[in-house]
Amino acid sequence: MLKQSVLQIEHLRVSFRIHEEYYAAVDDVSLTVHENEVLAIVGESGCGKSALALSIIGLHPPERTKLEGAVMFKGNNLLTQSVQALNQIRGKDIGMIFQDPLTALNPLMTVGKQIEESMDYHTTLSASEKRKRTLELLERVGIPNPAQTYDRYPHELSGGMRQRVVIAIAIACNPAVIIADEPTTALDVTIQAQIIRLLKDLQQQMNTGIILITHDLGVVAEMADRVAVMYAGEIVELADVYTLFTRPLHPYTRSLLQSVPSTQTSRETLHVIQGIVPPLTKLPRTGCRFRARISWMDESTHESHPILREVEPNHWVRCTCYQHFYFPDGGERA
Amino acid sequence: MVKFILRRIVMMIPQLFILSVLIFLLAKAMPGDALTGQLANNPKMDAQTLAEMREKLGLNDPLYVQYTRWIKNLLHGDLGMSYVHQQPVTDLLAGRMWNTILLSVCILVLTYAIAVPLGVISGRWQDSWADKLIVGYSYVSFATPLFIFALIMLFLFGFKLGWFPTGGSVDIQLEEGTWEYYISKFNHLLLPSLSGALISTVGIIQYLRSEIIDTKVKDFVRTARAKGVPEAKIYSRHILRNSFLPIAAFLGYEITGLIGGSVFLESIFSYPGIGQLFLQSIMQRDYSVVTALVMISGLATLVGTLLSDIILSAVDPRIRIE
Repeated sequence: MLKQSVLQIEHLRVSFRIHEEYYAAVDDVSLTVHENEVLAIVGESGCGKSALALSIIGLHPPERTKLEGAVMFKGNNLLTQSVQALNQIRGKDIGMIFQDPLTALNPLMTVGKQIEESMDYHTTLSASEKRKRTLELLERVGIPNPAQTYDRYPHELSGGMRQRVVIAIAIACNPAVIIADEPTTALDVTIQAQIIRLLKDLQQQMNTGIILITHDLGVVAEMADRVAVMYAGEIVELADVYTLFTRPLHPYTRSLLQSVPSTQTSRETLHVIQGIVPPLTKLPRTGCRFRARISWMDESTHESHPILREVEPNHWVRCTCYQHFYFPDGGERA
Repeated sequence: MVKFILRRIVMMIPQLFILSVLIFLLAKAMPGDALTGQLANNPKMDAQTLAEMREKLGLNDPLYVQYTRWIKNLLHGDLGMSYVHQQPVTDLLAGRMWNTILLSVCILVLTYAIAVPLGVISGRWQDSWADKLIVGYSYVSFATPLFIFALIMLFLFGFKLGWFPTGGSVDIQLEEGTWEYYISKFNHLLLPSLSGALISTVGIIQYLRSEIIDTKVKDFVRTARAKGVPEAKIYSRHILRNSFLPIAAFLGYEITGLIGGSVFLESIFSYPGIGQLFLQSIMQRDYSVVTALVMISGLATLVGTLLSDIILSAVDPRIRIE
């Protein structure tokens, strides 16, 4: 399976200014997205996954953000492009799906106009052609009455329908890459499954590379081809989805998987990861960033400068602590 | 929509009734009446004649009789006689009403013409030196009392520099309908309306500024950016339209002010409008004029709130009036 790579993230560091100081929310992340592939980025809230997603097409406020490294797309480094040049790529070559469909749409604009808007700037279609294409898109994302929905305002649609509209906006110009930032988080469970199905279908039809940002391991299992696990701004484990679920190595990955309730888990034994992701200003910058949350582990099991190592073909893990890791309560589900 | 407007208009009837009772009682509660002053000023008046006149004018009738007489006439479009000017209130109001509306429209247009661009600049380039300057101006203008500011403007541009006429609404030698007449009218309007506009911008500037600052970080703006919409269009199609909503709602209430007039401005610039007449009538206990004016501005307020609702439902699809 030799897939063409479409987007390369190289040593990306995203820092935000807080009280005159810059703090890296994404620290030295390198990833490659291939065509017709879903690359999932998983982690808890605050681990830097959304910051990573938004920085790819430069959506952070420039006056408070410092971007280092490179995001290579079609031979250009997106991080050094002007806003004008980025606008040629945003919405056309790279589409974005947002988390909350309730707020991601302009309340004063009809759904149809909002989908057409990206065609306004990226195509030379006439008004009637744009309308025709918009109706096709609405149909494609599974909206029952495209012609009626075209003239509807966002508040007249349900959450699931709105998310379909957000997806239609993202795919309006047949992008090579779609960035989906928590596309199912704000939806009901039943709607979630439909949206995942839809995204998966669209990906296969369009041969698109999808970067899927999520904290939901169920979504990962259903959609992803490869998975990057992020913690405190760094990738701690990278593997294909099968390997990650059957042979997780990094303590963080194992803890995440352990925290997923299953039918075999009774309420008492549900695993909880100790502590929280530290706030950006208090992030440990040296050593294994996860060590504070597995405090029962001996300090000597950590590396002083943990790096991401390929421990088996295409399976990368950071730090050496995984070799000795165990859960304090003993058990780990198979 | 039509049903809604009709219902609102029907609802105005009891509101206006309560208002009329209140106004009538308050006017009656003022010490003295239109004839009190005459006793002191007019040596030919004696207490005997005064009492006869009171009887003739019906001022000695019980309150409810006076009220029903007043409201009956009001419904026939008769606002009564001015005791001081000795002419029907409707005649007295007619000319002044137009002057006041003209002045108020000028103030309104100037206020928006100054405040909207400043508010947009302030919100878009938040914390820039331009923003600080604009916010500074809006606070200073907010803190400046109108009557002092208007006096300074009158003194500076009217008397010292002589750029503008210092009183009246038109040059009296000019004939109505000629070009010179309208130019003179406009010339008389400029200074009072500029004085009024310059210090009433604070509300619009501050509202627009904070709306833009709120709106520009909203998710749908980020969606627009992710579509590759150029920055200028992000503002015109997404941020500004959403930020103008509360300002549009304001407009209805502003229309109320058109009729009420400005007591201070008209008095300072000796501009013959409703506001000036209102102040004079209170001083002279000319209460048929006072009650008529308060009734009119009460009605204007009710119409203004209705207009606000209609404007808001026209610009915001989420507000549907059924």
